[in-house]
Amino acid sequence: MTDTAKSNALHFGLLAALAIGFFILPTYHSGNLARIMILAIYAMGYNVLFGYTGLLSLGHALFFSAGMYGLGLTMHLGGWSPAPAFLAALIASSIVATVIGFLVLRTTGVAYMIVTLMFAQAGYLTILYFGTYTRGDEGFALKQATRQLIGLDLTDPIVRYYTALILFATALLLLAYIIRSPFGRTLIAIRENEERARMLGYNVTAIKLKAVILSGIISGASGAAYALLFGYAGATFATVQYSILPLLWVLVGGAGTTTGAFIGVLFMTYLIDYASGQTNAYLIVVGVVLVAVTLFLPHGIMGTLRNKYAGWLP
Amino acid sequence: MDFGPHLLLAVLEGGVTAAVLALTAMGLSIVFGVMRVVNVAHGEFYMLGAVLAWFIATTIGSHPALGFIAALMIAPLIVGTLAAGVDRLILRRINYDPERTIVATIGTLYILQQTTLMTFGPDARPVEPPFNSRIALPWFEWGENGFAMYYPWGLSTTSYKLFVIAAAAVILITLWLAITRTRAGLIMRATQQDSDMAQAFGIPVKTVYSVVFGLGAGLAAIGAVLVVPIQQAHYLMGHDPLLLSFIVVIIGGLGSLPGTIIAAILIGMADGIISVFFTPTLAKIFATLVVAMVLVYRPTGLMGKSTA
Repeated sequence: MTDTAKSNALHFGLLAALAIGFFILPTYHSGNLARIMILAIYAMGYNVLFGYTGLLSLGHALFFSAGMYGLGLTMHLGGWSPAPAFLAALIASSIVATVIGFLVLRTTGVAYMIVTLMFAQAGYLTILYFGTYTRGDEGFALKQATRQLIGLDLTDPIVRYYTALILFATALLLLAYIIRSPFGRTLIAIRENEERARMLGYNVTAIKLKAVILSGIISGASGAAYALLFGYAGATFATVQYSILPLLWVLVGGAGTTTGAFIGVLFMTYLIDYASGQTNAYLIVVGVVLVAVTLFLPHGIMGTLRNKYAGWLP
Repeated sequence: MDFGPHLLLAVLEGGVTAAVLALTAMGLSIVFGVMRVVNVAHGEFYMLGAVLAWFIATTIGSHPALGFIAALMIAPLIVGTLAAGVDRLILRRINYDPERTIVATIGTLYILQQTTLMTFGPDARPVEPPFNSRIALPWFEWGENGFAMYYPWGLSTTSYKLFVIAAAAVILITLWLAITRTRAGLIMRATQQDSDMAQAFGIPVKTVYSVVFGLGAGLAAIGAVLVVPIQQAHYLMGHDPLLLSFIVVIIGGLGSLPGTIIAAILIGMADGIISVFFTPTLAKIFATLVVAMVLVYRPTGLMGKSTA
């Protein structure tokens, strides 16, 4: 098998396993898995920028919440139906990503991280400031009656699971396609050696801006899907913690791998789930895993597998 | 109260914020200046200082002044030692790579914060100030009967708040003298300018890094011990000082010590004045955006020199 065939087999195999999963797994775990797939979209969006372009952002919660509120507010206050609201969410996150990308790409390295962190913080505070509409930290629930798409009730577990799967599959295959395309190759070239890419004649800043926008839209789509499928939007999703989580997921799963995002979310969700049963200070596992991964597993789970055993891993 | 006395009150409150902020931000600035790493766990060392101050003061339990002095001596030492340990066990192993250091210190942030939650608990706990007499402040006005002095209702401060400002000033001046006039300061500055060359001249650069990281955390802890009789010790209290210190260090110029002091005074005062006259959320949004823009358009800060 060629490497492309192998990676196709991996991606479709994963999707097939997830498609069967709903019928095999107990209700609790299939519910978890729907959430994991949606958050994995967020992690994949983050991975476009961090894993493939080499830009470590600490402010992706801004894009996630732009999507979440883009859908949430149009549905909740505007009375829109899910499909146009989802489109509105994509537009909202692409606008935010364009503006932010235009500004933050003037900086590099540590300054880039701090600036993204600050813009996300400003975004979080803005959500709090317009508390009349967004209901701040408390958030608002989307009514079950409004969460209907082409006659299907999105609150029904099976519909929710397969909607999540379709969105996840779209994001995964899109990502797999992009990294094989010339555009994706250029992103990797920039990650490996920005100066050389520039010298070869690429407009590095413009390509990085495209990557930020793409990453922002995917993250926003995840936020919108989260609000739609789980019926809740709140300012908690705009806090620093939700900017750090995708970094954690991608680091654990393996930066710059297509399936790493999903593996990372899966691993961390169950680890945090287990820890929260043991102690109320369950976020300590986030800290321990972050430190442990930087010290002992800098390439993450899939990255290490790729380096040691299977060089073809996408 | 009229506008004038109100403003004086805001300046006094801002002065306390500025004093504590100057100490905390100085810690962050020294670490960045010498080691070229951003310590995201800095706010948690601040929090630990406050929590330890509560612990020490409660353990000693006699006169509040005794507990406070003990806390001021011991808490920064413990925090500094702990930070030096973090440097040896984590940062040194990842070779101070800027990005991985940020990730590792984010991890450290969660570990310290959640460990405190497990042991100290979720409650906010007060520490009694060593002395706390209320000082009413006079206000001068050009009234109908000529120049008059009176004491407006509500215009007052406490002796402890004035002490905080004075103590911060003394500590910062001592630090300044230590950096510019002593051999240890010289070694620190040599490492800052060129760590490879310093190493070649026999300076134990790794030890210097550990000490500097401990010193930075210790400064944050001192700031926290000073502030804990005014605020309360709480396991989430490190968040705001971290963001404000970031802001101060960026505005002042990454690694520039005089810039850090000036920016701390500016931001502390602005924070005091803005929060008296405007809604805090809007002020915070505005401040955050201004700082982000400074970093975007003038990445070396207001006082910083451009570095390669």
